[in-house]
Amino acid sequence: MIPQSIQTFLSLDLFPLLAALFAAISCGLLGNFLVLRKQSLMGDAISHAVLPGLVAAFLITQSRSPGMMFIGAAISALITVVLVEVIKRLGKVEPGAAMGVVFSVLFALGVFLLENAAARSVDLDADCVLHGNLQTLFWISPPDQWSNLFSAESYSDVPRQVWTLAGTTLGVTLFVSLFFKELKIASFDAGIATVQGINAGFMHMLLMTFVAIAAVASFEAVGSILVIAMFICPAATARMLTDRLKSQIFVSIIVAALTAIVGYAIASWVEVNAAGMIASASGVFLVIAIVSSPRHGVIAKTLNQRQLGNKVALEDVLGALYRISESDSQANLEQLIASTGADSRSRKALSKAQSLGLVNVHNGILSLSKVGESRAASIIRRHRLWEGYLVEQAGLSPDHVHETAEQLEHFVDVPDQSLSKTHTDPHGKPIPPR
Amino acid sequence: MTHTENSQVQSPRSILDARPEHSADSPVSVHAMTVAYNRKPVLWDVDYDAPSNALVAIVGPNGAGKSTLIKACLGLIPRASGTVEFWGKPYKQSRSLIGYVPQRESVDWDFPVSALDVVCMGRYRKIGWCRPVTKSHKRAALEALARVGMEDFATRQISQLSGGQQQRVFLARALTQEADLYFMDEPFAGVDASTERAIIEVLRELRANGKTVIVVHHDLQSVPEYFDHVLLLNMRVVAAGPVSEVFTAENLQKTYGGRLTLLAEAAEAVARAAKGT
Amino acid sequence: MSDPIVDANSIIETLTLQGGFNTNAVILGTSLLGVAAGVIGAFALLRKRSLTADALSHATLPGIAAAFLISSALGFSGRSMPVLMLGAAISGILGVACIHLILQHTRLKEDAAIGIVLSVFFGVGIVLLSVVQSSTSGSAAGLNHYIYGQTAAMIRSDAYLMGGIGIIASLIALIMLKEFMVVCFNESFARSMGMPVWLIDSIMLALVVLITVAGLQAVGLILIVAMLIIPPAAARFWTDRLWKLVLFSALIGGLSGYSGATISALFPRKPAGSVIVLVAGSIFILSMLFAPTRGVLADTIRRIRLRVRIARDHVLESLYEIEIGHVGIEHPKAASWLIQLLCFKGWIERNNGKLNLTETGRTQGQRIHRNHLLWEQYLVSYADIAPTHVDWSVDQVEHVLSDELIHALVLALKKRGLTIPPLDGGTS
Repeated sequence: MIPQSIQTFLSLDLFPLLAALFAAISCGLLGNFLVLRKQSLMGDAISHAVLPGLVAAFLITQSRSPGMMFIGAAISALITVVLVEVIKRLGKVEPGAAMGVVFSVLFALGVFLLENAAARSVDLDADCVLHGNLQTLFWISPPDQWSNLFSAESYSDVPRQVWTLAGTTLGVTLFVSLFFKELKIASFDAGIATVQGINAGFMHMLLMTFVAIAAVASFEAVGSILVIAMFICPAATARMLTDRLKSQIFVSIIVAALTAIVGYAIASWVEVNAAGMIASASGVFLVIAIVSSPRHGVIAKTLNQRQLGNKVALEDVLGALYRISESDSQANLEQLIASTGADSRSRKALSKAQSLGLVNVHNGILSLSKVGESRAASIIRRHRLWEGYLVEQAGLSPDHVHETAEQLEHFVDVPDQSLSKTHTDPHGKPIPPR
Repeated sequence: MTHTENSQVQSPRSILDARPEHSADSPVSVHAMTVAYNRKPVLWDVDYDAPSNALVAIVGPNGAGKSTLIKACLGLIPRASGTVEFWGKPYKQSRSLIGYVPQRESVDWDFPVSALDVVCMGRYRKIGWCRPVTKSHKRAALEALARVGMEDFATRQISQLSGGQQQRVFLARALTQEADLYFMDEPFAGVDASTERAIIEVLRELRANGKTVIVVHHDLQSVPEYFDHVLLLNMRVVAAGPVSEVFTAENLQKTYGGRLTLLAEAAEAVARAAKGT
Repeated sequence: MSDPIVDANSIIETLTLQGGFNTNAVILGTSLLGVAAGVIGAFALLRKRSLTADALSHATLPGIAAAFLISSALGFSGRSMPVLMLGAAISGILGVACIHLILQHTRLKEDAAIGIVLSVFFGVGIVLLSVVQSSTSGSAAGLNHYIYGQTAAMIRSDAYLMGGIGIIASLIALIMLKEFMVVCFNESFARSMGMPVWLIDSIMLALVVLITVAGLQAVGLILIVAMLIIPPAAARFWTDRLWKLVLFSALIGGLSGYSGATISALFPRKPAGSVIVLVAGSIFILSMLFAPTRGVLADTIRRIRLRVRIARDHVLESLYEIEIGHVGIEHPKAASWLIQLLCFKGWIERNNGKLNLTETGRTQGQRIHRNHLLWEQYLVSYADIAPTHVDWSVDQVEHVLSDELIHALVLALKKRGLTIPPLDGGTS
């Protein structure tokens, strides 16, 4: 006997969840290539433009025959792709505007036809177009015994959309894995692809066909907005997290699945529209990735920059102390601060240097420790080698090179064999040995 | 940190003090300017004082930062460090005295305007916000078109002009700015012989009227014939001065010969560091 | 159930603005909105910002729903038009700001940024709408109308507000025409003159926001962007001048708005938004096909004529060269229609299956021959600086090159031992 709570889940939530999951994965998978090819908005255009096809198929056949509606929608999706190309090429219209013209006119046509159909009191609804009818995918008679889970009869009333979406997901996965190499090269460089005998134009049309199929299959269940979100957001999220196409694709699938599950769970918990919630969740995931991606995230970048700034400040403090000691004078805090540009950062750097044991303080007089001195020497060495390089190789005049060298000494070593003399810098100062 | 590394500890200001101030007579005086594109440095520490009343060529290999130098002077791209002054004053105060000819490729020539419309754009500063272009401004624009030999094409849509004619329209637009200093980005690129002649005539005319023209130029052969001064550039200033003194085989070898791999590498490293990745 | 049968009389009444005060106001307001959208859309098109406007309009939905929720929570009527418009404007601008943030701080490109903002904001909007629906029964249904628009629900003051915004927005755009033009055409030049490009861009954006929120009620937020994109894209086919582009775009927008509102007044079942877009779309298709300057048909005809002309010139030139005794010239094999055309024009005649030039045909052939020689020499002498915009096979040397240059070419050809027929061969 299956417990009541699980039965409720099976009957109310399983299929909407599955539908959302399948839609998210198939769109998310294809979205990788759309984002990579800077054609994200083609997904947008197609998912708007399938509407007239759906409605027309309905009006012609006078039934909600799934096959016919699917064909109608697919045809209008392909018409969109072709029309955008035609208007771009023949009309010399800017690509964005061409897309805008095509999908808005087709969408308007869809709405127009829909209202006509609605006038004949038919159960098509303009709002459904946007956010689907996810929450109506019931399992009317879910199995009540565990054993029934394995009998085919229990699955006789699985909603058609779920089957369609499952098939689509399978097809899209096959397509991407079989044509991975071709898709990759055609997306990266159409010219190279063509030279290697891969017809980039054909790949484009093939991709668009699958985009259209995914959009159409998802459309009815999850609505156009979620389709657009799933084409773009998981791929964009993965793009923030990875640098390789393969890992990007895997990450995007995981993100898409997570988005669907989390979004759906929240939606059924607080009882709001599920498609809208999943789209919102995809945005939240993206924001999280943008902020906290370990490599490309805003936080990581800021931290890296700050760390770098601290390193530069520390090295500047050590360098200044080295120069002061070179001239056989002593430095107190004020002098040091004055010579390093006097800000809170160098004060912090100084205390850091103290705690690292690089700098000693005696009666307010600062001096380098043994370790500090060798570290400082290597910094000064790099600085003076850079000055030498800039004067000798880059042909700058000696009184010009200090500031440039100042920037470079923190980042890159100069190989000393690139210079003719390595014991003094252009100002005659000794270059500390390695 | 000090530059001179004397026994005395000096404030960082003293580094700047040690260098020459901006020259107040120079139409444009660049001081210690470093420029980065997408945080990757492309110009290092440029110092340059342009002479007045001269035709100056900026010459250097591809990617040397020639256009960058002009754009940074005009404030079109931010400077990482350094200052630029025009006749001893900051850019904002001298804007009305500066004309600009951008690269021809930088605009969409299918834009729905006529040659005259484009030339009139040069007067927009004088016309002022939200005021229409009056007859007198149109007349000035027509005169400018005539100076570049394009008066017959005033009403043509700009996409129907040849490359050289488009370049002349840009030149005419700069002329209507009635500036004392002109920056021109590759005005001779891809133009026909008659356009080249027309442009150089206009440049000479400008010089005769006491103006200074700074031109990004790619054709080494014509430098001595067309220009008085030259600025040899390759990520840094290699040499600058009168053509007769500076435009030597040795300097050209320094400018074009051998890439500074280390400097380029350093630029990459700085860019990576600054991006925080 | 079909639409109520409308008699001719009421059609004419509505069309001529005699169909009742409320209807007139709505028709007038929608037309003015269409005009304004056409004017402002022209600049959005030229600035290549059409799809940013799309993201903006989708991004207004959460603002509408939030404004409704907040104002009803505060005890006001949630359906106050100005409040909803304010909410819509705020979240629309927020959406555009997000696009800029994404572009600035991530490696994502503009298309992705637009798609992200569009779908996520709209998703949030749908969630909020479902909250509205569950919290306030009944009255919330009205909010749905902002998605697809419904003129039938508009009252007179709504229409006045819409028309007023349209007039103001158009006026601002016209006053700023010069500034918009230079920023759209050549941003770096505008900046070099000290124009505050960001301010001009912001004003442009503000106008797009105004149009979007003003059109929410009549057209709906999904289709309002069509009013900004389609009219200027259609107008572009008709003209090469900015002011004409703006004018035509305004006319097309106004016409679309007018017909959409009228049809929806006559047939209440037809939603104004989609009718407006369909009218605009039809105008776009007609313009793309039939416009004389940039239309596809005109372009095709021009290309065919060019090809015919080249083929015709080829026949005439070959015949002429045979006549003046060039060796190695084959008797031209031309399609029979071309031969017939040339016979019809009286340039050639058939003699025992051979083709001969007539007197006029000879002068033509001579002219073409001369032109050909000169261009050839020009390419030989000046290949490195050849102008790019010349069609060598068709453009007359005399129209492109200076007399001085032609004279030099003639001398160069003479040096090579080639004789050049004089120009007085006639230029027909």
